[in-house]
Amino acid sequence: MTARTEMKPSRAKGVAGSKSLFDRQILQAAIRGSFTKLDPRIQVKNPVMFVVYLGTMVTFVASIIHSSLFSWLVTVVLAFTVLFANFAEAMAEGRGKAQADTLRKTRTETEARKLLADGTTETRIRASDLQTGDLVVCEAGDVIPSDGEIVEGVASVDESAITGESAPVIREAGGDRSSVTGGTMVLSDRIVVKITATPGNSFLDRMISLVEGADRKKTPNEIALSILLVALTVIFVPVVVSLEYFAHFAHTGVAIVTLVALLVCLIPTTIGALLSAIGIAGMDRMVQKNVLAMSGRAVEAAGDVSTLLLDKTGTITFGNRMASRFVGVGGTTADELARAARLSSLADETPEGRSIVVLAKNEYGIRDTDSGTDFEFVPFSATTRMSGVNFKGSQIRKGAAEAIKRWVIEQGGDVPTEVDEITRDIANAGSTPLVVAQDQRVLGVIELKDVVKPGIKERFAELRKMGIRTVMITGDNPLTAAAIASEAGVDDYLAEATPERKLELIKEEQEGGKLVAMTGDGTNDAPALAQADVGVAMNSGTVAAKEAGNMVDLDSSPTKLIEIVEVGKQLLITRGALTTFSIANDLAKYFAIIPALFIAAYPQLKILNIMHLHSPITAILSAVIFNAIIIIILIPLALKGVKFRPAAASEIIRRNVFIYGVGGVIIPFIGIKIIDIILTVTRLY
Amino acid sequence: MAFVIEVALLVVVLGLIWRYLGAYLVAVYEGHLHFLDWIERPVLRLLGIQRDAEQSWKRYLRSLLVFSVVSLVITYLLLALQGHLPLNPEHLPGVTPALAFNTAVSFVTNTNWQNYSGGVTMSYLSQMVALAVQNFVSASVGVAVAIAVIRGFARKRSGTLGNFWIDTLRGIIYVLLPVSIVMTLVFVWQGAPQTLLGPAHIHNVLNGVHQTILRGPVASQEVIKQLGTNGGGFFNANSAHPFENPTGFTNFLQIVLLLSVPVALTYTFGKMVGNVREGVAVLMAMIILFAGTFAFSLAAEKGGNPAIRAAGITSTRGNMVGKESRFGVDNSVLFNIASTQTSTGSVNSSADSYTPIGGMGMLAGMMYDEISPGGIGSGMYTMLIFAVLTVFIGGLMVGRTPEYVKKKIQRTEIIWASVGVLVMPITVLVFTAITVAIPAGRAAILNHGPHGFSEILYAFTSMGNNNGSAFAGLSSNTAYFNIVGAIVMLIGRFGIIIPVLALAGSLAAKEEVPVSAGTFLTATPMFTGLLVGVILLVGALNFFPAVALGPIAEAVLHGRFF
Repeated sequence: MTARTEMKPSRAKGVAGSKSLFDRQILQAAIRGSFTKLDPRIQVKNPVMFVVYLGTMVTFVASIIHSSLFSWLVTVVLAFTVLFANFAEAMAEGRGKAQADTLRKTRTETEARKLLADGTTETRIRASDLQTGDLVVCEAGDVIPSDGEIVEGVASVDESAITGESAPVIREAGGDRSSVTGGTMVLSDRIVVKITATPGNSFLDRMISLVEGADRKKTPNEIALSILLVALTVIFVPVVVSLEYFAHFAHTGVAIVTLVALLVCLIPTTIGALLSAIGIAGMDRMVQKNVLAMSGRAVEAAGDVSTLLLDKTGTITFGNRMASRFVGVGGTTADELARAARLSSLADETPEGRSIVVLAKNEYGIRDTDSGTDFEFVPFSATTRMSGVNFKGSQIRKGAAEAIKRWVIEQGGDVPTEVDEITRDIANAGSTPLVVAQDQRVLGVIELKDVVKPGIKERFAELRKMGIRTVMITGDNPLTAAAIASEAGVDDYLAEATPERKLELIKEEQEGGKLVAMTGDGTNDAPALAQADVGVAMNSGTVAAKEAGNMVDLDSSPTKLIEIVEVGKQLLITRGALTTFSIANDLAKYFAIIPALFIAAYPQLKILNIMHLHSPITAILSAVIFNAIIIIILIPLALKGVKFRPAAASEIIRRNVFIYGVGGVIIPFIGIKIIDIILTVTRLY
Repeated sequence: MAFVIEVALLVVVLGLIWRYLGAYLVAVYEGHLHFLDWIERPVLRLLGIQRDAEQSWKRYLRSLLVFSVVSLVITYLLLALQGHLPLNPEHLPGVTPALAFNTAVSFVTNTNWQNYSGGVTMSYLSQMVALAVQNFVSASVGVAVAIAVIRGFARKRSGTLGNFWIDTLRGIIYVLLPVSIVMTLVFVWQGAPQTLLGPAHIHNVLNGVHQTILRGPVASQEVIKQLGTNGGGFFNANSAHPFENPTGFTNFLQIVLLLSVPVALTYTFGKMVGNVREGVAVLMAMIILFAGTFAFSLAAEKGGNPAIRAAGITSTRGNMVGKESRFGVDNSVLFNIASTQTSTGSVNSSADSYTPIGGMGMLAGMMYDEISPGGIGSGMYTMLIFAVLTVFIGGLMVGRTPEYVKKKIQRTEIIWASVGVLVMPITVLVFTAITVAIPAGRAAILNHGPHGFSEILYAFTSMGNNNGSAFAGLSSNTAYFNIVGAIVMLIGRFGIIIPVLALAGSLAAKEEVPVSAGTFLTATPMFTGLLVGVILLVGALNFFPAVALGPIAEAVLHGRFF
């Protein structure tokens, strides 16, 4: 397993990722959608394409008045340009719609067992009639009727309907694991749930409308870009209209169909057609990562994030302390120590205990050799603060340094001074020392380490290259925190973190104009989640946390934040790249159309026909056809997003300017020439 | 070889000006200088302005508009009534209303389009009070706007952009006046007349010819004409006239003067936003565009005159038609390109007589919105509009919402930047189209075919960009041209100042975004390259069809480009 795959758990199969990008069903629905979207009320929302729409009508009328093959062809190509734009948007919406349909099926009319005020009587009512504050009873096999908090009991719940994760989770009253989601199913036990969602506004309802994009609003950057596109459209209207008069002055005329064709070629139709698809696809990519973004604005903000607050446990470390080293004292070899430590831990089911057995096996090759029955295990207790084993008349104990030292002295033994030194060194390195003793003798010290996940350091280095600062949040003392921080390679850490200090830290970062992202699950995280620019609540977390954040991670994976940032960046890059490409395309179109327009007035202008296009008519047709086809060609790119590799901004821009800027200038020259050859060879003209 | 040395010298001199005038401008506008308080204080007291009164962008703009309207009215009245006013030794009559309006607008908007012949239309009072005063103030207003816009980038969470009255006043007394006074002496030393005695009358007893030689306070006009990128000459021949531009040295000085403030402002910009390299990146874009256009026109002019070549005459000196033999092709092209790229519009050779492609170079400089380095102040603020657009498109490609010199570029900025970029091309194209379509417009054209079209296109491009240079061949002192031209000049000036101040106001109110490795760095060659690309592309997209029918068509009719 490589570091990278370790970081990205394989996609859950439930809600998200159920459909491939070009699913047959989606494709069919999108083709239908291309036509239903021809409604002018929908078209007018996209000003660039609306100009094409109106232009098509103009050429249609012109074709009827002065019918010619050329004018009809232009009309058809323009109509297809509009349809292709509709198709792009419909494709982007398609997968979300399909997912919403799947979700709707889970929202079948369930019955709720409402508990009446006396606290014992149950009545059956429809789930949709439940009000906030109602108490309902759920037992094994019941579908939880709506969102709520468990006020009584504990149960295992199957949340696969929402998260796609089939392993059941434990939900219990009180604490941060008390929230349940409507649509999930109780697998065992009985719980009483207090409903927190108003009718029609449950998490499932919101999720459906989110993946469907029903109330999708344009994001701030999308709006700004739309304005620029409108400006680039507005400018070409006088360019084209004035051309008519200029041409007249040169004693030549330009047909209205040709003018419309020129206008459509010049306005940024490529990005205009794909802009909304890019935005929808960005939201959809979040859903593919099992993240529900409450708004497109949050996805955009994710790209701008410059500080990530990461919880140590689960994100940076595995969360359990694990044995990493055996240090023998007073002549005891590490091997002997390992043997004794292993024996003392065989029955120890704590993660620490198991990790000792594993380390003894992996590092010292100690296996089950001395099996026997005369083992008497001494479990850990809060009073002795140690655990161990009695066998063959010998006692082995492991535990905190002070406890073991006292025990050894009580037994009449003495403690070598090096024990103190070793334990201090280990503690200074941010680890936990565990002292092992056999009867009157101290054998040595086990280093229990908070193990940093493999590959995480490289990941942080990548983030740093992208200009993102990582801050580790931990409840550990500063010493331990510093040690882990330096091992994991985070830029900063917040030790002995409390929700208040977390909130303070976020405000401090934001004060300097930085955007902050964090994850959280507890109710006490809610203020910080609300304050953060990107607040990702774990689906396993409390209702308060989920409401405070602007994203919900259905996987409840602490490393998700990094992927969220990447999706945000990818969205913005895709927008920028296609805008650049679209504008850069215009140069070639000019070289195709301008000589074609004026060759009659000034035959010598053929010198500008650098593509050597066959005739004025094929030149104009090639340009409009290219203009339409490029939309279709770029749909996959718009939906999947421009490839994003974490790197410094300077590197990313160099690559993208080369591909989409320089490429955007060159590609249409080639494309238009090829179309012209096809038109000529097929003798269409 | 001599010309190469001259260009090298020009680069060195401008480099020094960039560094030191740029730093001086920072000191002037940040209020670090006080040695002229004895002028500044009484004037401000007279105007009723507190010395630390800051203005929001709206107040700044309102002050600017009020000031411009007042300037317009005063200038108009002075011109219209010059017949009744003193300092009119030749007893010239009042300027006709349409022409007076056109001229007043022309000077207030820093265009200096001249529908008149200075020496025979304007009294000394008109030249010195009406026009020369506007040469100073319109230039200072331009710099003031540039400074306000720079403050928009430099300030954070601020509701104000400075004070229009203080900025304009300081520009005049600390920058324009001192330089003009010193340089006027240099021009006088070089032979430019500076007199109020009226024309000289010479009677040659030997051949009985009587000559009237026009003269006047030329030297003082000359310096501010160039320094303020005004361009309105004392005489119709402008800097080709030996009184205006007596020697090769004054020719060099004129080029230095007209480039100095626009170039220095890039340093001021960098310094004020806290990173001189930001200014260098912008300056480099200006240099690339300037050098490219210059090389383009020079190649065309060196190639010679196609009509003369067709007549079977070979010339090794290039196209000398309409050029002063004192300056030759090199210095003529350098002067005219520098002047058209700075919205000055003064010329030392006839633009109309350039080869089609040579003339297209001058046209191109204006068509990409006068930013290389552009007019005094206006070049800088227009360039910043393009920088904002470049960053918006390019910045997205690094995966962040775009930012420029630590300011996020969002909806409001894009709205105003778009307006700022749209105004000029729309105005130029629409009015050119109207003019070629209606009889009043067509009647003015002396040449027909593509050259006639070029003349009209050139005229409106020049007016729309507040340049003021003319292609001639157009009898533009008609009611139509006077009034329509004035409208175009007003839109070209205020149509950009209004959105750019709004842009600055929005930027000033913003929080700074800290720079990180994820930021699209703008103090880089990559940004310069993108900026040049965006400017060229926008210019080409707007004007390619028109240029194809004008200079390009004319050139290909002669069978070749160069």
